[in-house]
Amino acid sequence: MKTFTSRFLGNPRVYLGLIWLGSLLFVALTADFLAPVDPFAIVGRPMSNPSAAFPLGTDSLGRDVLAGLLHGTRATLLIAVLATLAAVAFGTFVGAVAGYYGRLIDDALMRFTEFFQTIPSFLFAIVLIAVLSPSAANVVIAIATVSWPPIARVVRGEVLTVKSREFVQAAVVAGQGDAAILLKQILPNTLSPLIVTGSLLVATAILVESALSFLGLGAPDVMSWGFMIGAGRSFMREAWWLVTVPGIAILLTVLAINMIGEGLNDALNPRLADL
Amino acid sequence: MSEPAISIRDLQVALPAWSDRKLAVAGVSLDIAPGEILCIVGESGSGKSMMGKAILGLLPAPHVRAVGGQVHFEGRDLLTLSEDALRAVRGRRIAMIFQEPMTALNPLMPVGRQIEEVLEIHTDLAPAQRRARVLDLIRDVHLPDPERMIASYPHQLSGGQRQRIVIAMALALEPGLIIADEPTTALDVTTQAQILHLIKELQRAHGTAVLFITHDFGVVAEIADRVAVMRHGEVVEQGAAADVLGAPQADYTKALVAAVPGLKPRLREPADGTPPLLRVVDLEKTYRISSGLFGGAVREVKAAKKVSLELKRGSSLALVGESGSGKTTLARCIIGLESVESGLIELDGERISGRSRAELRPHRKNIQMVFQDPYASLNPRQRVGDIVALGPMLNGVGREEAIAQARELLRLVGLKPDAVERYPHEFSGGQRQRIGIARALAVKPKLIVADEPVSALDVSVQKQVLELLNDLRKSFGLSMLFITHDLRVAATVCEEIAIMQRGEIVERGATADIFAAPSHPYTRSLFDAVPGRAWISGLG
Repeated sequence: MKTFTSRFLGNPRVYLGLIWLGSLLFVALTADFLAPVDPFAIVGRPMSNPSAAFPLGTDSLGRDVLAGLLHGTRATLLIAVLATLAAVAFGTFVGAVAGYYGRLIDDALMRFTEFFQTIPSFLFAIVLIAVLSPSAANVVIAIATVSWPPIARVVRGEVLTVKSREFVQAAVVAGQGDAAILLKQILPNTLSPLIVTGSLLVATAILVESALSFLGLGAPDVMSWGFMIGAGRSFMREAWWLVTVPGIAILLTVLAINMIGEGLNDALNPRLADL
Repeated sequence: MSEPAISIRDLQVALPAWSDRKLAVAGVSLDIAPGEILCIVGESGSGKSMMGKAILGLLPAPHVRAVGGQVHFEGRDLLTLSEDALRAVRGRRIAMIFQEPMTALNPLMPVGRQIEEVLEIHTDLAPAQRRARVLDLIRDVHLPDPERMIASYPHQLSGGQRQRIVIAMALALEPGLIIADEPTTALDVTTQAQILHLIKELQRAHGTAVLFITHDFGVVAEIADRVAVMRHGEVVEQGAAADVLGAPQADYTKALVAAVPGLKPRLREPADGTPPLLRVVDLEKTYRISSGLFGGAVREVKAAKKVSLELKRGSSLALVGESGSGKTTLARCIIGLESVESGLIELDGERISGRSRAELRPHRKNIQMVFQDPYASLNPRQRVGDIVALGPMLNGVGREEAIAQARELLRLVGLKPDAVERYPHEFSGGQRQRIGIARALAVKPKLIVADEPVSALDVSVQKQVLELLNDLRKSFGLSMLFITHDLRVAATVCEEIAIMQRGEIVERGATADIFAAPSHPYTRSLFDAVPGRAWISGLG
């Protein structure tokens, strides 16, 4: 049997995705160094064409688009990853408790989850931002709030199947407590689908964040890709690069994350990949 | 000898590159005469199923495929046929009976329609003729009320009835060869006996050749004309059933035959008059299955009805019954995985029934369980050392010491002490069951409940595990409640037997007494159903 690593890395699409994501991470960490200007600073004539001084031109206020793109990487990734982690943590908690205890607790938690699922998620996120006021932290909260229900569902389903396995009963018979059984026996065995769902959730989070910023509901003091598209959208005819460049960045990043997610799925479920 | 129905020459089936051996089937040559039943016996991994599938081109290509040899059937080599030509052979000339009748049937189609479909695809009979033929077939396999039967869905039938339907489907076109891959393994003993009888009867009536794949020598003794014993993809011995079973030549066959548990009852050790270790009085347990969204209609299943039993210190009691008899429910109640409805369970004079999970925790170390499925009962993400040491650590033993004890226990059950560092997937089924036993022993319990601990194991491994349990019982002075569906295993391990049927204990007593004179009709039918009974008794 091939190992997980060789199956995962042997997939060319995973390779491409990792290369793109790796470069993004590098850019996010070194943005201050690569573009040592404040992305909000007015550095040139508004809407200059791409040139040697401004490789990607400037926007309607004369801000450097390249600097915005590089600094925006950090904000976009950070918000997406934090929102995903929060969603995964909360979703896992709800799903695990519901699946493990079953009966009334399960019913109550799942109806609660459905309540969130029935509200169109993007509209819900907009409402949340409108109520909470736009800021980076609130964007994270809004994205996490609308994206945890699928995680809870996945975890609940996995816990339900793992719970009935004999090694869990063996732990009960050994006298292990509920919390320990859940944490040490059950959850480690639900990781594979959780990792896959979680990785794909990062891509969704980037899209939601971009869409919120596009509507002007993102954090006003943080340069992100969605914010750049939102700011540049009225000038699409005069300065195509304002919208196109961050748009392509979002496209490639979401694509890369999806390819990695699919690769993870294939590598964690080798039988699916083989047949 | 007349022209064989099928003639397999030097068949080779390749396994994927990452497997532990290159060929699943390594040069097997077999002939089956018309009207003959050839049994292929072997343990798991012997390649016996792969061979059956190779004949019909059902191997999971491209990873597993036939790479050499010929399969001559009715003048053609099946291995060289195109997919279309092979499809005409399947069902029409060669039929297959699978192990699990539930998955072999389409759950969304009435069974009569499924049989008719076979006729529709392969023949040009008119609808009325087809229907008449379906009814005939249902009658042939002795199913009651054919008219009603053809309108039933698979889930409305019992396992035995489903397997009869599958057999009817296989016979629909009067094939020249039937391949039966462990067709009775998923069935209860009494049903198994009926199905074996049916296969034999129909095969005689139609003169069909049968390739019967099984792991059970009892079944072989019951049904085979000729036997081929397979190991590691090769046939180690073949010959007439009486010869192979009566006087095996190959060492491997001898070992397998010797591993078949005999029907020799174990004798009761003299009682010492101490109070019983485990006492169950009038235990009742009902499962309520509510159907519908708001729990409207409720179906009740009585899993245990006024069950009482006693287990003496240092002795072992076998709880024997077929699936659905409530034996596992009873075990789960005793072990505290299931709450009881009414009645009393006492261990060593202390009541353990009717307690909450928290109240039960201090009592857990007195009863431990050995589980049925060695693949599901060990957490795949934990090291074996942590699995075995869990119980002692929960009882306040330090980690270092618990791991040291685990090493010692693993050595006792016949594994290398360095197993503590490894993960469960690195072990075979029998080794995993040894780990499960070590885990149960780790907290020095007074009572071990073993739920079908050997039914998932090959017969030679089964023998080793039973011997291990026996040795440990002596050295630890253990008492054991042993749950099994197999009277042969019960006789080897336990000096007392309780027979369960539909939630009730119908007969209880010393193994020797029950074996000498079973009094309840159900017990007698269980004895009659033991496959290869005459042969096993002859083994001595």
